[in-house]
Amino acid sequence: MNFTESTKKAFNAVADHLLQSLQTGEEANLNLHAEDTTFIRFNNNKVRQNTHVEQRSLGLLLQKNGKTANLSFSITGQVEEDKKRADHWLAEARKECDLLPEDPYQVALQNNGTSDSTITGHLLSEGELFKAITEPAQGSDLAGLYCAGALISANKNSKGQSHWFANESFFMDYSLYLGEKAVKGVYAGTAWNQADFAANLAQSKNQLALMDRPKKTLPPGAYRAYLAPGAVAELASMFYWGALSFNGYKQGTSAFMKLADKEKTLSPLFSMQENYKMGLIHQFNSLGELSPETLPLVSEGKLANFLISTRSAKEYSVTGNAADSSEAPRSLEILPGTLQKADILKELGTGLYLSNLHYLNWSDRMNARITGMTRYACFWVENGEIVAPIADMRFDESLFDCLGQNLVAVTDFQEVDPQVSTYESRSFGGKKIPGMLIKDFKFTL
Amino acid sequence: MNLTGSLNLNLHKTLSSFQDSVDWAQLRHVSEKTTYRTVRDEKPDRNHISFDHGIMVEVLVNGHFGYAGTSDLSDSGVKRAFSKAVAMAKQASSFKVHDFSVLQRPMAKGHYHSPVTRPMDSISAKEISDIFVDATRAMKVSDKIVSRSATAMIVETEFFSVSTSGSDVHQKFSIVSTDFSATAGANGDTQTRSDSGGLARCLQVGAEVFDRASILERSKKLAEESVELLSAENCPETAMNLLIAPDQMTLQVHESIGHPLEYDRILGDERNYAGWSFVKPDDFGKLRYGSNLMNVTFDPTIPDALASYAFDDSGNPAKKEFLIKDGLLVRGLGGLESQARLDLPGVANTRSSSWNRAPIDRMANINLEPGTSKLSEMIASTERGVFMMANKSWSIDDYRNKFQFGCEYAKLIENGKLTKTLKNPNYRGTTVNFWNSLKAVSENRETYGSPYCGKGEPNQVIRVGHTTPYCLFSNIEVFGA
Repeated sequence: MNFTESTKKAFNAVADHLLQSLQTGEEANLNLHAEDTTFIRFNNNKVRQNTHVEQRSLGLLLQKNGKTANLSFSITGQVEEDKKRADHWLAEARKECDLLPEDPYQVALQNNGTSDSTITGHLLSEGELFKAITEPAQGSDLAGLYCAGALISANKNSKGQSHWFANESFFMDYSLYLGEKAVKGVYAGTAWNQADFAANLAQSKNQLALMDRPKKTLPPGAYRAYLAPGAVAELASMFYWGALSFNGYKQGTSAFMKLADKEKTLSPLFSMQENYKMGLIHQFNSLGELSPETLPLVSEGKLANFLISTRSAKEYSVTGNAADSSEAPRSLEILPGTLQKADILKELGTGLYLSNLHYLNWSDRMNARITGMTRYACFWVENGEIVAPIADMRFDESLFDCLGQNLVAVTDFQEVDPQVSTYESRSFGGKKIPGMLIKDFKFTL
Repeated sequence: MNLTGSLNLNLHKTLSSFQDSVDWAQLRHVSEKTTYRTVRDEKPDRNHISFDHGIMVEVLVNGHFGYAGTSDLSDSGVKRAFSKAVAMAKQASSFKVHDFSVLQRPMAKGHYHSPVTRPMDSISAKEISDIFVDATRAMKVSDKIVSRSATAMIVETEFFSVSTSGSDVHQKFSIVSTDFSATAGANGDTQTRSDSGGLARCLQVGAEVFDRASILERSKKLAEESVELLSAENCPETAMNLLIAPDQMTLQVHESIGHPLEYDRILGDERNYAGWSFVKPDDFGKLRYGSNLMNVTFDPTIPDALASYAFDDSGNPAKKEFLIKDGLLVRGLGGLESQARLDLPGVANTRSSSWNRAPIDRMANINLEPGTSKLSEMIASTERGVFMMANKSWSIDDYRNKFQFGCEYAKLIENGKLTKTLKNPNYRGTTVNFWNSLKAVSENRETYGSPYCGKGEPNQVIRVGHTTPYCLFSNIEVFGA
């Protein structure tokens, strides 16, 4: 049995044991997160560190007498040992329930059905991966992370609900350098294709060659700017910081309060939605609830929906939409427009071509104002021609301006920005994002 | 289940079965219990306990370190991890970035325990919950308050490590991070005040930190300040003197000193993720980083600071070192591997977030040494300026040069006195220019930190501490919303 098969067998056995151990009046929800991952860190096209991680963690939510205990603990994949751990932590959860006050917004568990999806990938073997990555990058100063292996998310509850989602996947998230100038590339999927990776690298090398000119330093000010999908993806990452959370709206911390209250609008050219049809992440959340296949968030510049967890729905007496407890997007898509790739530089005319942005944060949350830096392949363009790479610039700009009246056009193509986060463990997911042409994008430093 | 888990691991015995097949090996066993307690608007909001438990096998083969971590602590699980680590280290050694040796893994023997006055198991979930319910009740100072919360993150960690070079280390940490915050709203504006900025109030302590009277007093005051901010003027947009409190200096030191001095950033390891540094290897001993009032240390010996420890993950004993002396850059933040690669002296900061990550260069406790000024004198000496407190926004570039930071609360200084309250205070600048504009440093210091410093590929969140005085800077660009 491989990792995915043995983990499934062990999870089913331990989950069934735990759910059968519940006493009258107790309900429980279980979540498994497991991975078997190879991480290779590169610098200067050489291996800096290689780490293999095999880990499994089980989450237990226990409801008893109107109280809620929430625990998670490492498990081993060895059924008998894991049953012992489950017994121990179930007892701890009962103690928690005895000590804590009643939870007025407790969500009654339900049976939200069954799903079972396992995607088998074609990944590089340990014997071939070092050569497969470094050989086509020979002569380049490559830095980055290769990450590959099995990744699993599963859920069961005491109402009979059962969900399983597993895949074998990889990403190679890298940068190529020419001194201090750099370009960014990412190659991700479930089946490694050496020719595709070589082509991805070749494209990055070509882009890097464009940067072999002296940097242009621009003074602060407002510039016409094209934000490539990678740069828009960074802007969109701020939507994960509470902007779309209904709970955040009610508690006064959502950057979209003025959009929700109709004091501000965004451009009719701007629409975004949750879209699980992209297949980047499982549709069930940590309560095993199924999110709608698609959910409009902003439609033609107007707020269509906040993300509302069932817990928030109960607290505020509204209808939820199966958002997870963080009420952040899990499968975000910004819808395309009409600007064709071939017309981007011509429509930009004179201004900035920005491939990527970096280190964003709210500078004025109530006005959806964001600061951050340009990063990687960013160019000065004159009369539709790339003239020179630019020295990094700091921007400070409100989404109500740049995605509002200053949004000139949205590209007719989108790119997938795969989730490459590996904090504590690998993550599923990603975004699908177009490029955008924006006038008067404000730079301050 | 205690922190070491239910399995009876014998690290020495397991290690002895491995040592003949590699040049060097280490087993690092980590167990960590993290408890979150949050009360919002007097009701339980988040009560979560996580127990993370695993082992990292580290080997040296053909001059290259290889790592394999597993949560399967059975004999077969640890042996499987060892085989993985060896096989991958052998494969990777033909592509290695540097030829390492056992010199980068000295023998270490000893133990470390956080200084705890009152053990965490002496306070119950109910007691914490009751204090927090009262804290959020104390924040109900106005009908303009729209949200009130009280949070604690309690972390109990044990590290055991043994190595074939004879190391045997046990380190045990007790960490409590707290935050109390209130959000006020009126006329389309909302303002939040927290207890020194997010979870900046984080220390190696015990249950003594849950002091009811102090928590209630602080909670009431910050709620009052959130309401006060609603009617405050915006911070002006101009260049002026800037006085910064320790709960914002923490962030300033972290971003514009700590990160740029990390050797792995200077070496380029981190370029693809968080970036690299404006500091070059030749700058050590030559670069005037700041005014001659600037003295910065790496100090893992401050008793309650978040990143105090006895040994780093390579076995290097931790001790205080000056990084910047009288404004001159003298030393960087690199562990033994980076020191070998750069041929520069460093510090004991080879650290990993847990058993499932390989250690990298991390800043630990980075502190600004005290000056000779009194805070009252610093205010009195300022004809016109802004006094900013508590971080709420941070952003700095790849090279740790162009920064922009925002605070929760500010006071205008006019003719040597604190006058109007200002909202939405922000400032921006470039690192070396900024530190060279330092013109006064207070004699008293406060200790804060962050439990959430992100870095590395694969990503790692680690704990950092910062002990800093109040600092006065001249001619800084400030602005409001």
